[in-house]
Amino acid sequence: MANTIDRLADQVRENRIWRSIFRSGTGESNLHRALTVQQNVFLHLFSVKARKRTLEFSATWYLGALTFGTFLILVITGILLMLYYHPSVPQAYADMKDLQFVVSSGVFLRNLHRWSAHAMVFLVFAHMFKVFYRGAYRPPREFNWVIGVVLLLMTLLLSYTGYLLPWDQLAFWAVTVGSNIASAVPVIGAKMRFLMLGGTAVNANALLRFYVLHCVILPFAAVVLIAIHFWRIRKDGGIYSGESPAEGDAK
Amino acid sequence: MSDPKDFVAVVDSDVRKTPRRIAFITKRTSPQVHVKDEERVMTYPEVFFRTAVAIEVLAILLVIISLRWNAPLEGLADPMHTPNPAKAPWYFLGLQELLHYFPPVVAGVLIPGLVVMALIVIPYFNINIEAEGLWLRDKARRLRVFGIVVVLFCIFLAVFDVWVALVPTLIVAAFMLLAAQTPPQTTRGFRGWLASKPLSFWIMTWFLFELVVLTAIGTFFRGPGWSWVWPWRT
Ligand code: HEM
Repeated sequence: MANTIDRLADQVRENRIWRSIFRSGTGESNLHRALTVQQNVFLHLFSVKARKRTLEFSATWYLGALTFGTFLILVITGILLMLYYHPSVPQAYADMKDLQFVVSSGVFLRNLHRWSAHAMVFLVFAHMFKVFYRGAYRPPREFNWVIGVVLLLMTLLLSYTGYLLPWDQLAFWAVTVGSNIASAVPVIGAKMRFLMLGGTAVNANALLRFYVLHCVILPFAAVVLIAIHFWRIRKDGGIYSGESPAEGDAK
Repeated sequence: MSDPKDFVAVVDSDVRKTPRRIAFITKRTSPQVHVKDEERVMTYPEVFFRTAVAIEVLAILLVIISLRWNAPLEGLADPMHTPNPAKAPWYFLGLQELLHYFPPVVAGVLIPGLVVMALIVIPYFNINIEAEGLWLRDKARRLRVFGIVVVLFCIFLAVFDVWVALVPTLIVAAFMLLAAQTPPQTTRGFRGWLASKPLSFWIMTWFLFELVVLTAIGTFFRGPGWSWVWPWRT
């Protein structure tokens, strides 16, 4: 049975059409496995080989991978939620109620998006501290650490802008508290707050701005930064395993 | 050493792992060569498979949580009706707790700005890269500086009544003193481990401790008018 499946899979992968899409073809050799990664525009962000020691659970606790996992879940559930959501007052709130009572699995969708968002904020902090405590910020990885700090801020901003979208009391007042802090910035504070909210108070304009930030600008920025983050891991010689700074690796 | 060659030839013949390579290292060019060769695995399938499993486990966990607990949804937003207390999302409650003590410019702008700057510069300081035990060298002078900084900082916190931030500071300072009192030949056990810790470790640990304590207080111990409440009494 397993053999039949293997043979079928091989037949598919040897097919002309398949081969025209994925160039690596079939095979179990390391060359073939290397090509699978290296011939793919997305996968070739990663190096073809990794040090075995860095894959142990204790090395990273897989926190970066898990952060990325929550990000994937958030993109998928987020796109689905967008199908049911209007960024206008008071329709946004009515859409929450619709998700609850009308849309099938609507509550589940919203729950998964919400809890994954909390999980992502927690994991990104955990990942940062783990990277710090194992000393993986050291050169040549220093710039990837900086990209990480920007990703941390992106994660917080994504979460914060998303918080307003249900347009309930919790959302409204949490964002009011936050935007008041922005106005404490010397000199440009009030201007910044106005730019952020599209007005002097949290209102329909603010909802629209937060929506655009949350669904377009910030996710786009996050995807680009994550791609650079992964690329840099490869370029900096793979995940840190305690070697001395001078000892780079095949790139 | 009868034959003074001016180069070494290294042959790696494990062709399954790496293509055959021969390196000639002359004395003149003399690059640094590390003989250490770590075991490697192929990214596909090994790394991708492990990562997929990790993400899968997390996804299942999140699905279970989502089936079991509903996301909060309160009444329609009403600008005329302020809830008391009005709280930010949990990851900002540490900041909101600080806002209770300091003017907004300090708690909302200066402190977060300094934290972000501090995080960014960590890998650019040699002291953090060498990461030597804090007390291994120049101990007397460092103890003096440490004492002055801690005392001044504690006075600062006391002036603003930030007792909740004082406690983690004192605990971390106590462990730093314990590390300083550890005889230099101790390398084993908990105290040996403490003694090997560099300055960046202490600062980051103090920051983590404050972050957890302030966030927990903002989340669980603050009620109407940001007054202190005991979560088990409500
Ligand atoms: C959206 C947020 C982020 C994602 C998806 C992400 C993902 C990852 C992944 C998958 C790795 C591989 C190793 C590991 O799991 O530890 C990694 C490594 C790394 N991350 Fe992140 N990360 C994020 C945020 C951060 C933050 C906030 C920092 C630090 C401020 C950071 C700094 C680093 C560094 C320096 C490495 C290289 C570590 C090494 O070479 O061992 N990352 N990241």
